[in-house]
Amino acid sequence: MTSERQTLPEEHYLKAGWDLKSWLLTTDHKRIGLLYLVSITFMFAIGSLYAGIVRFNLLVPDGSQMSAEAYNKAFTGHGVVMVFFFLIPSIPATLGNFLIPLMIGAKDLAFPRINLLSWYIYVVGAALTMWALVTGGLDTGWTFYTPYSTALSESNVELAAIGIFIAGFSSILTGLNFIVTIHKMRAPGLSWFRLPLFVWAHYATSIIQVLGTPVIAITILLVALERIFHFGFFDPNRGGDPILFQHLFWFYSHPAVYIMILPSMGVISEIVTCFSRKRIFGYSFIAMSSLAIAALGFLVWAHHLFVSGMSVYSAMVFSALSFLVAVPSAIKTFNWTATLYRGSVKWDTPMIYVFCFIGLFLIGGLTGLFLASLGVDVHLTDTYFVVAHFHYIMVGGAIMGYLGGLHFWWPKITGRKYVEAWGKVSSLLVFVGFNLTFFPQFVLGYLGMPRRYHAYPEEFQILNVLSTAGATILGFGYLFPFSYLTHSVFRGEPAGDNPWGAKGLEWTTQSPPTTHNFDLIPVVTEEPYDYASPPKEAARV
Amino acid sequence: MSELAAHGGAEHHPALQHHFTSLEQQRAASSLGMWVFIAQEVLFFGGLFATYTVYRTQYPDAFSAGSHHLSWKIGFFNTLVLIGSSLTMAMGVYSAATGKKNRVVGFILATILLGSVFLGVKYFEYGDKIRPCFGDGSHAGCLVPGERFDASALHLAGPAAGHAQIFFSLYFGMTGLHALHMIIGIPILLLIAYWSWRGRYSPEYHTPVELVGLYWHFVDIVWIFLFPLLYLIGSH
Amino acid sequence: MSEQLAPESQPTHPRGHVVSWKVYLAVFLALCALTVITVQVAGHDFGPFNLVVALGVAITKATLVVLYFMHARYSERLTHLVIASSLAFFVILVFLLLADYLSRPWPLVAAG
Repeated sequence: MTSERQTLPEEHYLKAGWDLKSWLLTTDHKRIGLLYLVSITFMFAIGSLYAGIVRFNLLVPDGSQMSAEAYNKAFTGHGVVMVFFFLIPSIPATLGNFLIPLMIGAKDLAFPRINLLSWYIYVVGAALTMWALVTGGLDTGWTFYTPYSTALSESNVELAAIGIFIAGFSSILTGLNFIVTIHKMRAPGLSWFRLPLFVWAHYATSIIQVLGTPVIAITILLVALERIFHFGFFDPNRGGDPILFQHLFWFYSHPAVYIMILPSMGVISEIVTCFSRKRIFGYSFIAMSSLAIAALGFLVWAHHLFVSGMSVYSAMVFSALSFLVAVPSAIKTFNWTATLYRGSVKWDTPMIYVFCFIGLFLIGGLTGLFLASLGVDVHLTDTYFVVAHFHYIMVGGAIMGYLGGLHFWWPKITGRKYVEAWGKVSSLLVFVGFNLTFFPQFVLGYLGMPRRYHAYPEEFQILNVLSTAGATILGFGYLFPFSYLTHSVFRGEPAGDNPWGAKGLEWTTQSPPTTHNFDLIPVVTEEPYDYASPPKEAARV
Repeated sequence: MSELAAHGGAEHHPALQHHFTSLEQQRAASSLGMWVFIAQEVLFFGGLFATYTVYRTQYPDAFSAGSHHLSWKIGFFNTLVLIGSSLTMAMGVYSAATGKKNRVVGFILATILLGSVFLGVKYFEYGDKIRPCFGDGSHAGCLVPGERFDASALHLAGPAAGHAQIFFSLYFGMTGLHALHMIIGIPILLLIAYWSWRGRYSPEYHTPVELVGLYWHFVDIVWIFLFPLLYLIGSH
Repeated sequence: MSEQLAPESQPTHPRGHVVSWKVYLAVFLALCALTVITVQVAGHDFGPFNLVVALGVAITKATLVVLYFMHARYSERLTHLVIASSLAFFVILVFLLLADYLSRPWPLVAAG
């Protein structure tokens, strides 16, 4: 860790143009990463507001706070915004965009203009969907199940479907860009097994984005076609099968959860090794397990439809495959733990989030196995057990990793340090708030409380109240980093090139980096995470 | 000086973008990018083909009846037209690679012409099925899925009538999506033809011609599967 | 600055390798012939193999287009990997979908 007073560099990417045009027409991957950061933070705020409405309604058991129709629109809005407009883009579009060229020694992604295009596509998709949510709303659940979505719902299904369809292409183009960049633009000497695990994680994620997203695109298009033109794909009156919709929907939406978690796992790998001052344990296992998760993740989708009316024989196959997909995730968890063992652990905010991730992801992942068991799933499906399971992974896992990554690379992105004490306080608030919100939901689900219900039996009220209390704490927990990180942009202490003493090409550049990242393309000669040797000095021309 | 160092002192071709170290790296990246895009298209159409597969196994008779009602001769003609357009497209890329500027323009225009013929035929093919759906009256011969669908034109009644609607939902959905891809491709081809005429391409740099060629051939491949699957079911 | 690119970054497209136009013409004629065959086999009844035969012809045609018109035959291994991956996951989608539909002991929609 550098201890002498640092100054901000003379030239850097944030100074390269002050007007709106220089931001809205930028092709600099770092600026595009920041454009995404602003957009997804905005969408996260909206998704959180919806969550607030949901939890507010669930304070009382009789559903008297709002109508059932309004409640349906609230949980649908929460799901749609959080899944499609926050979780899916989050780490790849912000940290991935910013860091991948830096980590591989490139001046930009392979297709900078397509990168900008993908942001605009995201914005258009988000605007359309928000318009649908605000003018009439959507009440189908984020899962759009037919035939309710195609034939019965009177909400803005077509508009929301088109908005999500458009946003999907943003995801596809980001994935395409990353795949080509990682294959074709690595610096000399940077072979595949010298890549940072963050890059491996995004490579695997990008494969899912490219191969999975088109299927939900066509599926949601079919829903829109059926509503507008009365085609009969999912209409039981004409021989259509609503379960086919579920199959097609989950063919993407299950791998989608790996789009949400893999980048976060990449972040964890980077932080755990730096803050243990120790080479990561089992590098190639972690790298290969990312690919395994991407591949296996495509084979398990029907575990979302076990009780829908699908064939039991087929369900057995999917159940077995779902158990299998837990293995690579477990491998990662063992390897991170082994990295910590006999490491020199430093408890800065990024590392606190790593510990949060490991513990909470463990719980989320293990509860997934309950749901993968056919017999147990009959009891637990569509209850709050499922809701708790995926929030443990999405929030306890993905968002913890996202926050950890934001804090870890904040000095590189902004050139400034945030106030560490605030980081620690916020992480504690987030951890406590999160568990108070979602642990009671495991119990509620086990006791039989169904999800997406506007009202519930009285005996469940105390657990629901606890959950809402937790959600309030969690909300404050999120407000803190928003405030102090923003404040640090203007008033933070200059960080210097490598305040954490971390390994990786991105830390050899100045903080913030210049627009072109590297004046001289580096040649890589050392293995990754070689914390035994001292960190490299920044190359300056 | 640092620019040169970063480019390894290579000659700076006007088409070389600053973040690439060589024209060859740029070409390889662009080509890979288009292939990855095509991979995504495979899954995009794939969802429809999967839907088709499920319903054909469930409703073979209705699918057969629907397929018989389509004109296989029109489908056959259109298939040859599209294969021809793939030939002209490949010849266009070949001409670009061998520096024959005028032939590039000529072959791309031929590709556009053949593609337009295909779309024109499709327009009439659709028209026959859609026109009866308008206006008041019996809507006899209407084959657009929905309330006005005339199952008796296929000699079907009862549940099979509904299944036939699924067939035609797939017919319009799959050929419609395919046609949309051609409608998007043709203006892009025009643009490439224009830039070619302006002398932008050479044997060293004609990547955009290659890329649009890949796209066009993919669209052809989709039709190669659509023809037998939609037009030629059980025509014995 | 040495330009020893990492192996994957080394582009492998053989520059200057141009396929002869005669190959394209031959492929075109083969495709036309196969299209005629497509129609002919549709007129024969191969029993349970009808779909297999029709798809077999279509796959042959598509393979010719991919290998020659799209130059896959002369492209790097990575291109083959991309093509194979997209097909593999499409096959997974269809295969596991059919695994459900073909193992359901009840018809899709109740008769009548």
